[in-house]
Amino acid sequence: MNQLTAQAHSRVSRSDKRLIALGMWRFMLVALALLLSLGFTQVAVAQADPDREMTTAAPGITADQWRQVRSGETGPNYRDSRYDSNYSLINASGETWRQIRNRWVSPFGMIAIGGTAALITLFYLIVGRKHLEAPRTGRKLLRWSLVMRALHWTVATLFITLALTGLNLLLGKFIFRTLFGDAFWAWMIAASKVLHNYLGPIFGILLVVMLVSLIKENIPKKHDWVWFKKGGGMIGKQHVEAGFANGGEKAWYWLLASVGVLVIASGFVLDFPNFNQGRDTMQWANIIHAVGALGLTAVSLGHIYIGTLGTEGALEGMTTGYVDETWAKEHHSLWYEEVKDQTVSEEEIAARKSSSGSGEPSATRTS
Amino acid sequence: MAQMKFMCDAERCIECNGCVTACKNANDVEWGIQRRRVVTLNDGEANEMSISVACMHCDDAPCMAVCPTDCFYKTDDGIVLHDKDLCIGCGYCLYACPFGAPQFPQQDAFGERGKMDKCTFCAGGPADSKEEEYEKYGSNRIAEGKLPLCAEMCSTKALLAGDAQDVADIFRQRVVQRGHKDGAWSNNPQASADNLAYDAAHKG
Repeated sequence: MNQLTAQAHSRVSRSDKRLIALGMWRFMLVALALLLSLGFTQVAVAQADPDREMTTAAPGITADQWRQVRSGETGPNYRDSRYDSNYSLINASGETWRQIRNRWVSPFGMIAIGGTAALITLFYLIVGRKHLEAPRTGRKLLRWSLVMRALHWTVATLFITLALTGLNLLLGKFIFRTLFGDAFWAWMIAASKVLHNYLGPIFGILLVVMLVSLIKENIPKKHDWVWFKKGGGMIGKQHVEAGFANGGEKAWYWLLASVGVLVIASGFVLDFPNFNQGRDTMQWANIIHAVGALGLTAVSLGHIYIGTLGTEGALEGMTTGYVDETWAKEHHSLWYEEVKDQTVSEEEIAARKSSSGSGEPSATRTS
Repeated sequence: MAQMKFMCDAERCIECNGCVTACKNANDVEWGIQRRRVVTLNDGEANEMSISVACMHCDDAPCMAVCPTDCFYKTDDGIVLHDKDLCIGCGYCLYACPFGAPQFPQQDAFGERGKMDKCTFCAGGPADSKEEEYEKYGSNRIAEGKLPLCAEMCSTKALLAGDAQDVADIFRQRVVQRGHKDGAWSNNPQASADNLAYDAAHKG
């Protein structure tokens, strides 16, 4: 075996030598040709006109290209090394979003809410609470079913939570970070975001349920216009006609049905980035969401005031479900005319409650 | 005090993506996040150009202005850093950033994005220990007297990092060598080599 391989080796090396000799000649020829050609080209470069060369060289970067960068456009030949990036080189609308949010939405949202609170306080101090003019009769009318009350207070609690956490996300950093220190602030703002993002969708669904179940009572009528022209009878002793819902309640309803729905829709856009909606879409959704929500928060202060401090006998309708006959006559005269034969006494209500949990008359809203 | 800046000389960038790799390596960046990216415009056309982009450590940083938790801060060297303990992952910095620098490890329902991550100019971030700092933000080369690795290893020296004045001086020198009349910023004859901040978008 060893001898055989040795022989084969010697044969190969002999033929190799011949090959190498041939290769040497070939190499020298190629080298000569290369050298000569190099010499020629060098002469050519030396003789070239620099201005002419500029026209054939790769062009420099022009203003048009920088304009293209600045515009944020992405053509078919746009490449990004980031694996999932659908972003342009320059986020052209980012600064617009920042300016709208920081210069307009933040301060004016604050002014809207603070201003409304101040006006309500002023109104309360000057005009004061609207008391019942006639004494209570003691006879009650069922105004809100248990389901509606539960729905109202759930939506109300969620609304307040979302308003407070939302305000904290927009303006909290100007107050609470310096006030409480980083450790508490970190917890506070993280909790705000989690609450806002998880409770938001529940609020959205429940508000839509509430809007649907109350639409019949809130269809605008001619007497609502009269109600508005008389300022809802908020000042003075004049009586204004109203059905189950008065003009103000209907306005609040339709505000929620329009702006509220817009806030919910934009909120969903912001809350679910897993659908890969772009940065620009979320910028606009954020502005719509913030403007709408700040506006609703400001108006809600009015709703809260009228429902609690502002009107004697209004809150009990939403807590116990029953309102006094006198209250119904004075605030919702047209509704009172419809249901005045269904009044019940305190004792009857107590009896109903003790006999069964669901013992509510069918005459009033159960939707 | 220095004002740290990045600058990418687009005439030199050959989109080798070395900066991207160097950054990932130097900072042990989380899977799925790329603090630096290379963007190519008009790929394959005569006017092709590539630019490496990351956080540009803006003087008037939009991320800082819109952050609901106020988690951003500027170091004495003009580097924009953020505190991951304060970050709630709302994504606002991403909406505002001109360069798409902030990134998030997740993008899930209910706005679950995780903690934002971005280029730190290799300057780390707020943490109690060196280990924690590396874990959260990557290396702190600035503390070791080194510049960001992306620029340090750029093969064509297209990507420059350092004090704004030094970066500007290097670029100015290049422009003079290249012989552009207008500082290579535009073809506008009114722009001069002395005015490197000339904005080509505003004529006149």
